[in-house]
Amino acid sequence: MSVPSYVLISGPEQVIAERALASTLEAIREEEPDVEVVRLEGSLYEPGSLHVHTSPSLFGGRKAVVVRDLDEGNDALIEDLVAIVAQGSDAVLVVTHKSGTRGKKALDALKKAKVRIIEAPAIKSDRDKTAFVTNEFRSKGRKVAPEAVRALLEAVGKDLRELAQACQQLVDDTTGVIDAATVERYHGGKVEATGFRVADAAVAGEAAEALRLLRHALATGLDPVPIVAVLASQLRQVARVASAGRGRSADLAKQLGMAPWQVDRARAAARGWDGDRLGRAIQAVAAADFDVKGGGRDPVYAVERAVLEITRQRAGGAT
Amino acid sequence: MSVWRDVIGQEQAVTTLRDAVADRARMTHAWLLTGPPGSGRSTAARAFAAALLCPDGGCGTCHECHTVLDGSHADLTVMATQGLSIQVKDARELAQLAQHRPSVGAWRVIVIEDADRLTERAADALLKALEEPVERTVWLLCAPSVEDVIITIRSRSRHVRLRTPPVAAVAELLTRRDGIEPAMAEYAARAAQSHVGLARRLARDEGARGRRRDILRLAGRIRSLGDAMEAAANLAAIATQEQSASSAERDAAEKTRLLEQLGADPEARTQPPHIRSQVAALEKEQKTRATRFGRDVVDRSLVDLLSIYRDALVTQAGSPVELVNADLADEVRTLAGALSSEQLLLAMDAIGTARERIEANVPPLLALEAMAISLRLPR
Repeated sequence: MSVPSYVLISGPEQVIAERALASTLEAIREEEPDVEVVRLEGSLYEPGSLHVHTSPSLFGGRKAVVVRDLDEGNDALIEDLVAIVAQGSDAVLVVTHKSGTRGKKALDALKKAKVRIIEAPAIKSDRDKTAFVTNEFRSKGRKVAPEAVRALLEAVGKDLRELAQACQQLVDDTTGVIDAATVERYHGGKVEATGFRVADAAVAGEAAEALRLLRHALATGLDPVPIVAVLASQLRQVARVASAGRGRSADLAKQLGMAPWQVDRARAAARGWDGDRLGRAIQAVAAADFDVKGGGRDPVYAVERAVLEITRQRAGGAT
Repeated sequence: MSVWRDVIGQEQAVTTLRDAVADRARMTHAWLLTGPPGSGRSTAARAFAAALLCPDGGCGTCHECHTVLDGSHADLTVMATQGLSIQVKDARELAQLAQHRPSVGAWRVIVIEDADRLTERAADALLKALEEPVERTVWLLCAPSVEDVIITIRSRSRHVRLRTPPVAAVAELLTRRDGIEPAMAEYAARAAQSHVGLARRLARDEGARGRRRDILRLAGRIRSLGDAMEAAANLAAIATQEQSASSAERDAAEKTRLLEQLGADPEARTQPPHIRSQVAALEKEQKTRATRFGRDVVDRSLVDLLSIYRDALVTQAGSPVELVNADLADEVRTLAGALSSEQLLLAMDAIGTARERIEANVPPLLALEAMAISLRLPR
């Protein structure tokens, strides 16, 4: 597969962008083993250096010029890029661009010059991450059980780079099908809990699960203050949806200024609550918020108490 | 015509301060003026400053009196903050200034209008200057109560207490000074519970009166959890409305002026880095100011809300005390009928808790929700 003169790697996901860059350079090397690779940083660009590197060399070797982070580039870089694309380049030009409209002039010029675009889209949702992990293993020729993927995401799912490393480690260190037990052996007991998961468990009345997640969240460095804020916002949504009555969730979403999926989720969570108990739960959270901001002695105790109070109210509220 | 004319309903305090002006033996180098918000602490401080700097002890007509009262006198420094606190660097500047002799008058007067907003370090920076005064420097510190300043400042200053002025006196001031009709002045003074600045705003601004009524009517309307959540959201929204309405214009004007001072082009889409950093600093300051203002607005609404429960309690007890909200007699009667006196006290307690929590940086919406849930009327 031959590489065209211009390659644009566009998208915010650094892991994927780096891989795309590596594979592009690999492809160039296959064609031309002694190619010289020049790397330029967008933010540190000095006017004219692109011209220097892309003009034909006396010694005849081909060059590949990598320009990283065009979106942080200065005006000189954008001007030089446009000029070079207009006059044609002797070297292969690989440009990476994270996001935003900065450098749009250069991007447009590249697109006009039939650039090869490699996308590196952000991977945020759990579904994207599942696909990413599955693909990681498949590309290395390994089979993975769905439960193993889920367990892996729970343990190290926050950062994609970390996730990629974890996949690599599992591929290198194990043999055979990767199942939940394998993941458990390497990442057992580690859960990346967020305030949202704590709040979900608490609002659903699962006291033990909520406390476990809370402890994990605190142990991995989450501050009590944002956890209380999430508890408050989840309860608020449940309360507002519960008291808004029936109606299509899309209408309700517009009326309450929430997203439709939030309405649906809050509705599901609202089952098993009534107004009085929900009110007491919100009051417990307000008291906890005061305590974590200096009103009480022990912020961790304050959150824990609020979580327990919420689950107790959910369970029936007697005392 | 005297400088003391606008210091209303504070006969005792005024006598003390006047004696100090007249007799050097009764003068001291640091004064702490305390009184509830709106009782005229800063007005009293300015009047005192004018009386000290005026050759006739506060005639109210001479050049010295005029310049002090409008804050432009060379020997008068007024420290007032619009942010959340007075920082240590401002305090150090004041301490240094205190070492200078007065340039034209008999005294160098330094007024700190919000001594309660001195941070602990800022207060510490002032201690030395307060303790070993230069001969002709006088400090006037204003705070809601003595507990609001650290004990080491308290012990270094003489304390003068202002009280809440009577409604009639506030109404009279509004009529005389601001030309407001007596009936309106009377209503505003009562509704603002003798807070002079608030009363003036209520009397002048129809929108403020409407918002106040809306807030008070909330009390009788909260029945279900949904009502409570909505009431809390409304209260918070009213606060943000007032906040953005009053600050947006001023923020923009300040930014334009800053850009002009720096010689930058206000139209430019992006500014050079050194200007950007100054603009960012200004915006940060504006943001803290907005935070404080928003909190103050919520707090004021809660004080209003408190007044209607107080009225209900007064009605229930049948005591011959005047109602704050005489214009909302129906609502007051409904509340008095629906709740027992114990429940009324609990409601007032819930409002107090919310004020305390907002003061402690709990998000206003959450604190208001918890409060509104406690205010639900029994079905």
